[in-house]
Amino acid sequence: MSNAHSVAAADAALLNAVEAHDEHHHDDGSKTTLGFWIYLMSDCILFAAVFAAFAVLRGQTAGGPDAKELFSLPYVAGETAFLLVSSFTYGMAMIAAEKQKQSATLRWLGVTLLLGLGFMFMELHEFAELIGEGAGPDRSAFLSSFFTLVGTHGLHVLSGMVWMVTLIAHVLRRGLTHANIVRLTCLSLFWHFLDIVWIGVFTIVYLSGVAA
Amino acid sequence: MATAHTTAHGHDHGHHGEGAHGSVKSYIVGFVLSVILTAIPFGLVMSGALPAGTAIPVCFGLGIVQIIVHLVYFLHMNSSSARSWNMAAFLFTLLIVAILVVGSWWVMLHLNANMMPGAMPME
Repeated sequence: MSNAHSVAAADAALLNAVEAHDEHHHDDGSKTTLGFWIYLMSDCILFAAVFAAFAVLRGQTAGGPDAKELFSLPYVAGETAFLLVSSFTYGMAMIAAEKQKQSATLRWLGVTLLLGLGFMFMELHEFAELIGEGAGPDRSAFLSSFFTLVGTHGLHVLSGMVWMVTLIAHVLRRGLTHANIVRLTCLSLFWHFLDIVWIGVFTIVYLSGVAA
Repeated sequence: MATAHTTAHGHDHGHHGEGAHGSVKSYIVGFVLSVILTAIPFGLVMSGALPAGTAIPVCFGLGIVQIIVHLVYFLHMNSSSARSWNMAAFLFTLLIVAILVVGSWWVMLHLNANMMPGAMPME
């Protein structure tokens, strides 16, 4: 009897220690999110470099196909829609998390994940088609820089999805603790940031490429 | 935009309602604005309504407006974040990005022009 009691007490103590550890690490969460923001800014500079490479090389088609021949704007509009709606659904997940509504948070995160999958599927399909037509990254400097830029963005989206699966598992295990909300906040910054980068991609790569 | 403020100095990132993450309304406003700002440039280019020389600057302008919409409605940057470290880091990054992109493009454009066979100075 007293044995069972002491086990329960030890469990509670362990749980408290774990939570205290989390709190200690994340203080009120503002330093963590500021730190993550600084990381995002450095990521901005990474993207600036690949955008600059693309801007410089976009005309160098080496006699191969150019943007006008390769890209289908309705298809790109579809990819854009997936990403934009997913930004909105992630926002809904964040609001639910702030209100401590765990099942709503998980539902919205699930929807966001599916939309992210839709985007990834469309992008990979586009890449496969281009490579199948002989317009792979080895065809010209224009296509090398295109695959680098759009592929870098795609890898970020993929990482965001892996992170989202991890956080869904965290929330399922421990609920919407303070530490988990800080984590969800960081991913929300990341996810919205990727949508902003995509605005640059569809404007500079696709729209300008087809209009030119 | 009745809500929210930045993530950098939120001591009240409470567990009650519309704290640091905006309201449903602000997300809907941001979403609708984004849809409009995406549909216009796609429509413009797909219909070929404007010549390329006009359409491309218009697309760039609308893209910049949409980025600002995302920053305000999705990333919750507003006047209360104006004095924060977030904003300082962001403005500094903008400067670096501008130097990197415009600088590379400008230098390489001149290099290309000077490397054209006809433009090489003859001995």
